[in-house]
Amino acid sequence: MTTLYEPWDETRGAEIIAEHAGQEGATLVILHALQEAFGYVPEAAIPMVAQALNLSRAEVHGVFTFYHDFRHKPAGRHVLKLCRAEACQAAGGDALAARAEAKLGVSLGNTTADDRVTLEPIYCLGLCATAPSAMLDGRIIGRLDQKRLDALVAEAQR
Amino acid sequence: MSMRLYVSRDAGAVAVGADEVALALEQAAAKRGVAIEIVRTGSRGLYWLEPLVEVATPQGRIAFGPVTEADVPSLLDALASNTPHLLRLGATDEIPWLKRQTRLTFARCGVIDPRSLDDYRAHGGYKGFERALSLGPDAILNEVTASGLRGRGGAGFPTGIKWKTVAQAKADRKFIVCNADEGDSGTFADRMIMEGDPFLVIEGMTIAGLTVGATKGYIYIRSEYPHAVEAMNAAIQAAKRGGYLGDKIGGSTYSFDLEVRVGAGAYVCGEETSLLESLEGRRGIVRAKPPLPAHHGLFGKPTVINNVLSFAAIPFILAEGAKAYADFGMGRSRGTMPIQLAGNIRYGGLFETAFGVTLGELVDDIGGGTFTGRPVRAVQVGGPLGAYFPRALFDTPFDYEAFAARDGLIGHGGIVVFDDSVDMRKQARFAMEFCAVESCGKCTPCRIGSTRGVETIEKIINGERVHENLALVEDLCNTMKFGSLCALGGFTPYPVLSALKHFREDFAPIPTTLQAAE
Ligand SMILES: Cc1cc2nc3c(=O)[nH]c(=O)nc-3n(C[C@H](O)[C@H](O)[C@H](O)COP(=O)(O)O)c2cc1C
Ligand code: SF4
Ligand code: FES
Repeated sequence: MTTLYEPWDETRGAEIIAEHAGQEGATLVILHALQEAFGYVPEAAIPMVAQALNLSRAEVHGVFTFYHDFRHKPAGRHVLKLCRAEACQAAGGDALAARAEAKLGVSLGNTTADDRVTLEPIYCLGLCATAPSAMLDGRIIGRLDQKRLDALVAEAQR
Repeated sequence: MSMRLYVSRDAGAVAVGADEVALALEQAAAKRGVAIEIVRTGSRGLYWLEPLVEVATPQGRIAFGPVTEADVPSLLDALASNTPHLLRLGATDEIPWLKRQTRLTFARCGVIDPRSLDDYRAHGGYKGFERALSLGPDAILNEVTASGLRGRGGAGFPTGIKWKTVAQAKADRKFIVCNADEGDSGTFADRMIMEGDPFLVIEGMTIAGLTVGATKGYIYIRSEYPHAVEAMNAAIQAAKRGGYLGDKIGGSTYSFDLEVRVGAGAYVCGEETSLLESLEGRRGIVRAKPPLPAHHGLFGKPTVINNVLSFAAIPFILAEGAKAYADFGMGRSRGTMPIQLAGNIRYGGLFETAFGVTLGELVDDIGGGTFTGRPVRAVQVGGPLGAYFPRALFDTPFDYEAFAARDGLIGHGGIVVFDDSVDMRKQARFAMEFCAVESCGKCTPCRIGSTRGVETIEKIINGERVHENLALVEDLCNTMKFGSLCALGGFTPYPVLSALKHFREDFAPIPTTLQAAE
């Protein structure tokens, strides 16, 4: 299932910001909410967040860039995350990551040319007893092997 | 009468098909006209048996696993006719792996419905809170201190002392913060308890609140844990409805409220001061201590910040008394530790036991060695900042001091097993790389040193001036150890140096002629 995002819209963005701006320390909460709605954090939203929270643009931009989760542009239609942390390495994750890269023709951290699949590393999903693990558009998968990985890649490419 | 089945909704079970199995059970039962009720529990933590299906019988629960969708028809047949089944494991409580454990914190996990406050209460929930109410703050502090509980997040700081500092601080507002950032690879105990027994975490935090005089708490959960976020939010709502959060909780004069905040993929935000920065909406840059969070924490106010498992240990300590907890353990490591067996392991999962069990028992005996069936060569204990142990050190008992004495740490209790195909140069490089990527950037040794570390180890891998570069890595490690503000830069040398020390042959193959001369 593809996650459907709204196209960036300033009024909608302002609404989302206003909804959370009253909380203490709201910056991350707002950035998460924006990304949930639009699939990324649009550049144009940064000054709006800054104004709503009475912060400088630089401060909000600094927060935005510090955290690995926040995207500055939309991801591909599907996001396939492969766990690259130690427990998954121990269970054969290196070879599976290389296989996914070869199948999709992109290295981890990139999106295929047709914008269908973004392949990303993730560092531990807490599924380390059923490693290696992966996440496809929010769905978690454990005990990954070649067969299951190939099925995931095929699903993501659809 | 309908048949009651239990299937876990824990992420680790869902990741291997628990949702599909639950659905298949429902559909197959409906088709046969058999009335069943499926309770979605947390996980028992026996992950090689997930998806585990349990059935309620007058003699207790009977377990089957690992169950696939294809097994569902034959499983229902066996249940209907009370005949044997290939996947039948017998009474759940009698499964040796579970029976050998001492489950104080995880007693209810996998047993109850984590969405049900009633189920929690029916299984002894809020008994600790009720006793805490009758004791009052000073006596609670005495109990927590006497239990010997040390922070389960990694540093092992005595929880009683931390709480006392906050209790004594004077301020208009105080906070309770639960560190649920659980970023260490090989650990999942926080996730399991939040998904499988979330009211326990709420109860522990509530007791902390009434002890130190805080009325608001935050649970900071990493974004990689969407199921835990959902479970905690649902439990908070249920606790509010049931009068266990909000004003005058549980009929007392105390007020306490909780809110979940979600991280954004920064490992360093598990460090307590970085976490507080993040909660305040800033970049997760580590703060220099002092001031301690206990004096000057969230929004500048006195703050108790503890790991999920530390809070989760509290209700037992209050309900059963400090001694009941402290009676378990060894030396200054009192009580039980939920140990997590992970990586290339045959029987992976959560094993809660008293401190003192040896590493070898955990890996070979309880864990059953590797999943691949190859010999165990190295185990990393305590996450990405923890040392790699060779078999020669498998006699090390699970105890804070014993691990420290061998240049290691138990951290959050995760053990990652590697077989003999592991290349320790790669593991050492990864440790440096992880530090470089996750560094908050405040200290030069951490930020720059780790990047140099990656480059230098790469040279070693490529066979460039190996001995010279090995000396350089050791040097870099020492600089990082002593010149870093927090344990990210300060402890990354542990995995690197332990790899160098115990697995030297991977880095600089000893020429065969020399070997023969020895
Ligand atoms: C880089 C780094 C990451 C950490 N990650 C965590 C974490 O994910 N969870 C945690 O509870 N403590 C983590 N800690 C330890 C915390 O700083 C702190 O000691 C802990 O939250 C205190 O709670 P406790 O006394 O209950 O253990 C981390 C420390 C460092 C230096
Ligand atoms: S050691 Fe690294 S992560 Fe820790 S404060 Fe210094 S730069 Fe930041
Ligand atoms: S290391 Fe991959 S899920 Fe934990």
